[in-house]
Amino acid sequence: MTLAACALVLIGGFLGGVSRFFLSGVVGRSVGETFPWGTLVVNVSGALAIGAFAGAARSVGGIFSAELVRDLIVVGLFGGYTTVSSFCLQTLNLALDGERRLAAFNAVASAALCMLAVALGFWAVVRVAG
Amino acid sequence: MSGNDRQTALRLYLAVGCGAAVGSLARFLCGYVIVSLLGWSALLATAFVNVVGSWVIMFFATLTRPDGRLMVGPAGRQFVTGGFCGGLTTFSAMSLDTFILLFEGDLGLATTYLVSVVVLSLASAWLGYLMAARFNRLPITR
Repeated sequence: MTLAACALVLIGGFLGGVSRFFLSGVVGRSVGETFPWGTLVVNVSGALAIGAFAGAARSVGGIFSAELVRDLIVVGLFGGYTTVSSFCLQTLNLALDGERRLAAFNAVASAALCMLAVALGFWAVVRVAG
Repeated sequence: MSGNDRQTALRLYLAVGCGAAVGSLARFLCGYVIVSLLGWSALLATAFVNVVGSWVIMFFATLTRPDGRLMVGPAGRQFVTGGFCGGLTTFSAMSLDTFILLFEGDLGLATTYLVSVVVLSLASAWLGYLMAARFNRLPITR
């Protein structure tokens, strides 16, 4: 826990948040906002990225397992990019609007697809680099 | 896009970015306190920020909706919801934590962890909604 680590988390978090806002906006405007596809795409792509990074830290090491790089990329960028709060807000709003099936689908699809994405990112990198 | 639209968009992006930076730092500090100072599991740190952030986003969004009690502009709203709460909570770390448990062969704990964090976050968001909705209905007294 150093000042440098905190600064890197701030920078990564800023970039992650802005990327999420941009991508979820683009997805929402192109496929409609009834179902929260934007947040789903953000969370699944973030899961793929964190899995790939964990795979690189394991099989390549070096810069990928350096603590400050982890603080910038994993804690800041990927952590700021993905979100559970918007996922909850949108799932709950679907349920409150009477769309219980869509709400349940969003919850199950988010959890399942993110798990698949982490595993895919991890294995792909370990296979190529390891 | 006119100059005004561009300025509005820029303000929103800045609000989300700054909120997410502060939220991410808050998550980092929570992790430091829970893992390094208290010596508890990192799983607990991720669960904690996700449950708290889910309560805050729903409480704040309900309080500031058009018929809500609190008037906040679009940039202020995005600073808290898409920014701070988005930065505080994390789906990626939760997925990675679960994957590591699976990788270590602990299918039971992995499933319990993922399901309970998702369910607790949703329940906490719902609680935030109920509390703010109650505030919205209170008579205004001066």
